[in-house]
Amino acid sequence: MTVVEADTEVPTAAPSRGGRRRAVPQSALNVVSILAGIGGWWALSASGLDIPSPPVVLSRGIDLIKDGTLGGDILASVRRVLAGFLLGVLAAVPVGFLMGWYPPVRALIEPWIQFFRTIPPLALIPLAIVLMGIEETPKIFVIFLASFLSCVIATLQGVVSVDRTLINAARVLGARDHTIFARVVIPASSPFILVGMRIGLGSSWATLVAAELIAAQQGLGYRMQSAQLYYDLPTIFVGLISIGVLGLIMDRLLLLAERRLTSWQETR
Amino acid sequence: MISLRNVRKTFPVPSAEFVALGGVDLEIGDNEFVTVVGPSGCGKTTLMNILAGLETPTSGQVLVDGAPVTGPGPDRGVIFQQYALFPWLTVRKNVEFGLREKGVPRAERTRIAEHFIELVGLERFADALPKTLSGGMKQRVAIARAYAVNPSILLMDEPFGAVDAMTRVRLQEQLLATWEQEKRTVLFITHDVDEAVFLANRVVVMAARPGRIDRIVDVRLPYPRTEQVRLSPEFAALRNRVWSAVHHQELVP
Repeated sequence: MTVVEADTEVPTAAPSRGGRRRAVPQSALNVVSILAGIGGWWALSASGLDIPSPPVVLSRGIDLIKDGTLGGDILASVRRVLAGFLLGVLAAVPVGFLMGWYPPVRALIEPWIQFFRTIPPLALIPLAIVLMGIEETPKIFVIFLASFLSCVIATLQGVVSVDRTLINAARVLGARDHTIFARVVIPASSPFILVGMRIGLGSSWATLVAAELIAAQQGLGYRMQSAQLYYDLPTIFVGLISIGVLGLIMDRLLLLAERRLTSWQETR
Repeated sequence: MISLRNVRKTFPVPSAEFVALGGVDLEIGDNEFVTVVGPSGCGKTTLMNILAGLETPTSGQVLVDGAPVTGPGPDRGVIFQQYALFPWLTVRKNVEFGLREKGVPRAERTRIAEHFIELVGLERFADALPKTLSGGMKQRVAIARAYAVNPSILLMDEPFGAVDAMTRVRLQEQLLATWEQEKRTVLFITHDVDEAVFLANRVVVMAARPGRIDRIVDVRLPYPRTEQVRLSPEFAALRNRVWSAVHHQELVP
């Protein structure tokens, strides 16, 4: 046995989150901020600005829930977002890995990705409609494109920034190329991929509403578009808030997954 | 048994070539502890990378037990200065990494990993993630991980370069204690003259431009190397010889 007398080396303490000072808990400040925002909105509508007040929007929201409209719209929208987003991620991760691992693949694909990145996915809607009709396909396609483009760049970035020493460490321990890929490159780039997914989810939502402006029969974007024709501001507000809340919930879920999957990181 | 025969390594630089190693000859016997010390740019890390199979020499022969080195292999364990632990794996999983690659069955893996984690004195931290460990502890994990695949040769590239002076002394003593229990051929790169003399049977002093072996100093001090050895006049004399060899090198024009 190696003699280890009283281990004086102290393991580094996990860095504590939050500030050093004992301050108001952040969640309390979050709540205060939200309440203040709603109060500000209320004050603006009371001061004569032409927007509906929170109670009006709330009761419209309840009406829309009761007659099933809001539920149907949310279902339609979430389905589109999830379909496009997941397809985008599923395509982006392997493509990003291939680009990062094989320089020729990167050289072949990267110009196209950079080119399409400069075109807002929305600008492709006219083309998508002409080519794919007015059903679900063009809507899901533009959402797919939005999430694919953000996620593929992040994955590529993750693969190319894998620490060379870790790859060398795996090689000298006898790992071959495919195990290095599975056991080093994939875990090492997972933080980048998760960040890419969050950005991709954000762009998916951003693209959704505009995609639903075209010939949709249901969906939050469609509902707001038709409310606009009747100058129905409360419904527009219900739509906006629903989109915001749903986006926030999805983002938080991803954030939770990110924290769980990448808690091994030294710093965050 | 390691044999280097007229090993040269050059890197192209604009309008010339940089001679990292200009013809190195070195023989290291089984279970020897050889340290390599020299100024920066003397090619000591290049030498280690060539032995590890991570770089190929421009010319010359590199033989391990008579067979030419063609790439990395589990017969040569490497310990890097930056620890190079897989941050997403616990200490235990890090130590088991190479065993899994070798296809060692699970129960056997667990047993071997436990043995070497105990050998470096980290059994209390077997299920900890690397981020919770200090630098010295991380390096001990790296040593356990290298030992676990049972290499006949350990290549160590300034492994204690990033820890403080006090920890370094303790790590040196622990490394020797581990080595005396589990004898291996060790090639240990350092820029610290004291460390080079304290650990080694032989100290290889290298010189720069071009990278080459300046001289080899035999260290005939008994193991275990205790504090007494470190403070002895014999140690001081050897240390002084190596010091002047490293710090007062004649420059080749």
